[in-house]
Amino acid sequence: MKKPSLFRVERRPVPSGHVVVLVSILAIFAALLVAGIFFQAYGVSAIRAYQLIVKGALGSKLGLTETVRRAIPLLLCGVGLTIAFRALFWNIGAEGQLLLGGVAAAGVALFSGLPNVLLLPAMFIAGFLAGALWGLIPAALKARLGINDVITTLMMNYIAIYLVEWLIHGPWRGPTMRGFAYTDKFPSAATLPTISWTRIHWPTLLLGLALAVLAYLLITRTRAGFEIRVVGENPDAARFAGISVLKTTLLVMIISGGLAGLAGVGEVAGIHKMLLGPTHISMGYGYTAIIVAWLARRNPLAVIVTSLLFGVIMSGGDVIRVSLGLPFQVINLFNGLILFFLIGSELLMHYKISFSFRRQ
Amino acid sequence: MKRFPGVVASDGVNLGVRQGEIHCLLGENGAGKTTLMRILYGLYQPDSGEIFLAGKRVKISSPSVALAHRIGMIHQHFRLVPTLSVEENVILGLDEGMGPFLRLGKTRKKIAAIADEYGLSIDPKAKVWQLSVGQQQRVEIIKALYRESDILIMDEPTSVLTPQEVDQLFTTLRTLVDDGLTIIFITHKLDEVMQVSDRVTVLRYGKLVATLPTSQTDKPSLARLMVGREVVFRLEKNPLQQGEKLLEVIELQTLSDRGLPALRNVSFEVYGGEILSVAGVSGNGQAELAEVLTGLRKATSGQIFLGGKDITNRSAREITDAGVAHVPAERIKMGTVRNMSVRENLILKDYRHPPFSRGIFLNHKKAEANAQRAMVDYQIAAPSDNSAAKLLSGGNIQRMVLARELSGNPRLIVAAHPTYGLDVGATEQVRQVLLRQRERGAAILLISEDLEEVMALSDRILVMFSGGVMGILDAEGAELGEIGLMMAGTQHEGVKR
Repeated sequence: MKKPSLFRVERRPVPSGHVVVLVSILAIFAALLVAGIFFQAYGVSAIRAYQLIVKGALGSKLGLTETVRRAIPLLLCGVGLTIAFRALFWNIGAEGQLLLGGVAAAGVALFSGLPNVLLLPAMFIAGFLAGALWGLIPAALKARLGINDVITTLMMNYIAIYLVEWLIHGPWRGPTMRGFAYTDKFPSAATLPTISWTRIHWPTLLLGLALAVLAYLLITRTRAGFEIRVVGENPDAARFAGISVLKTTLLVMIISGGLAGLAGVGEVAGIHKMLLGPTHISMGYGYTAIIVAWLARRNPLAVIVTSLLFGVIMSGGDVIRVSLGLPFQVINLFNGLILFFLIGSELLMHYKISFSFRRQ
Repeated sequence: MKRFPGVVASDGVNLGVRQGEIHCLLGENGAGKTTLMRILYGLYQPDSGEIFLAGKRVKISSPSVALAHRIGMIHQHFRLVPTLSVEENVILGLDEGMGPFLRLGKTRKKIAAIADEYGLSIDPKAKVWQLSVGQQQRVEIIKALYRESDILIMDEPTSVLTPQEVDQLFTTLRTLVDDGLTIIFITHKLDEVMQVSDRVTVLRYGKLVATLPTSQTDKPSLARLMVGREVVFRLEKNPLQQGEKLLEVIELQTLSDRGLPALRNVSFEVYGGEILSVAGVSGNGQAELAEVLTGLRKATSGQIFLGGKDITNRSAREITDAGVAHVPAERIKMGTVRNMSVRENLILKDYRHPPFSRGIFLNHKKAEANAQRAMVDYQIAAPSDNSAAKLLSGGNIQRMVLARELSGNPRLIVAAHPTYGLDVGATEQVRQVLLRQRERGAAILLISEDLEEVMALSDRILVMFSGGVMGILDAEGAELGEIGLMMAGTQHEGVKR
């Protein structure tokens, strides 16, 4: 009485490397396909939109440099997030941690009175510490009291946003800015050099690349990385092996928050050269970095590639916004769809479908 | 008959249950009690055999068919939705509303009537998460009665209850059978069989051993039937070479996860070169004992000495470093990291020490060499030392855990249910490994519910009941019946409290 089945779904216990890459690429294509439907519905040819994105982000010198500049904060935040996600700490708060890094950098740049040579290093250190502190609060709340990390990290973002708003409207509003809600311009010793005419602040880029490699070594080669992976994969086994879940959680959030903080330093010291409205500082880098880290399958080295990919989407999104008159949210649409398909593909990777064309 | 891959879980069992009786199914863990009942409830399909209900042959293909035949089952772990109220849980899955609307008023009346009749007092509007475990069980019983079940299958219903709740449950069960219901009661506790049942069926290794009227038997004979007279394994065991006192436990007390006393003044000693078995029905403090000894649970009072050094309430790491190995009862949930490689699993405890680490770095080469050696020494069958642990079979996972835990020549080995669920070959090997460690002079604390294993391996046997020590016997000349009585709470003569 068994029904003949056309295909069978089987579990694949360990997906191989090329399956992971293939499925990820498929997920991105599926997202582009669905986004295309939205373009068409908006009265814009999807093919033309994608042509413009590729041409705008990769086809010109300006486009390329904008892609790289967008990729810098994504790289730093994304690398940090891979570490947090390895320990199964759901840090949705890179956005706030980035802003706090910017705040700390601005504080040092404007009010520390440090000698010029020390300014930039002090800004990076302060930015790291501020981001780490912002990440430590939810980490401690989870490790000690079991409070959900998704909610606390997300809520901390709003606190950070309003903190920045308050600073630029209140105590830090620049006297030379004629009433606009900015701080004063940073002294030039507190701004980052860029590659000739571009907006690529190369010290931050180099820092990001170096940290991606270091993070990879941390995860694969060190005792701390081993502990992070054990805690993430099986907290019971960690307890059994005498690994402190508390210490490990705090460590990953120092790293994750700290790296997002560094991204914030890069944005204020490299691009804006002052502290300004939170949506101008970040434009959602901290959220996009979640997708960057996820697409990289929590591998810090792969973040170098995925952050560039999202750099393309962000700078290409700018182009179609201007030339096709599409709303700014079109980028969020992309991000949302890609994450949606990526998470869906997670399940897909662990199954394979085998077809059988038997006739009765 | 029901076969699981590689194991016959229920083998040619002919079970007859009479209407209006409480029929106990007695057997050790893994004897096939639950499997048999899941077949009756339609959760498993038998590979062969038939089921007759009131003389008519029936085919129970799913739980809903079972319900239609008025068979209800109360699982060991309740099937309730914590955020819903009692009445909502009771009608869950029933189709008796008006169109899309529920008729809770009617439900409430019916629940009240059932509760009244059988002394199952409950507030129908209370949310399930607010209820105690005993009350939740009441909800399960009401659920079954609401569906007008004639046959009630209860899977170890007392394992989660306090003694008072157990008494109350038994009163309810008697009222139910007086009303003509039939109850099949799964248990491995001899006391309960004697207290509540009309007849009892004993299962062992999936086979039916005997069905007896409870009034014509007693606890020692049931214990013997349950465990089996013949010892399946003959192990070559050298005479005891008792070494120095390695572990001394003095008046140890601790609490369970639910905050109830789990150990009551437990005191014993283990010497080098001996195996001390802790026998007892599960849930009588053995799990908590293993956790306290290995630093995974805090003692509330009492002391633990390892080789004369006080290790009470030290961290798991300190205790490991002091030379205590732990073969955990939950070897997959606790003892392994499924998604990490065999190689990494094998250094789970030793990764901080040379040769596996150099400064802050891990030495992958040494870890690999270690894994290669362990896979040969312990016959761990894995595709490679780099494959994920989740690809290993249960027996190989246990070999991997043993290889890791025994690698540092530990002074004390706490092994909890080391052969539970393993096939014959792996069981044999694990036992040989433990005996080798005994010969090496390690002190071994073996926690097991398998009395056959206890008899075959141990030098002395400690029996636990309700968190206390019922007595410590020399394995030589120990009698199963006596151990069974102690497991059921009878104090061994000469034990001082």
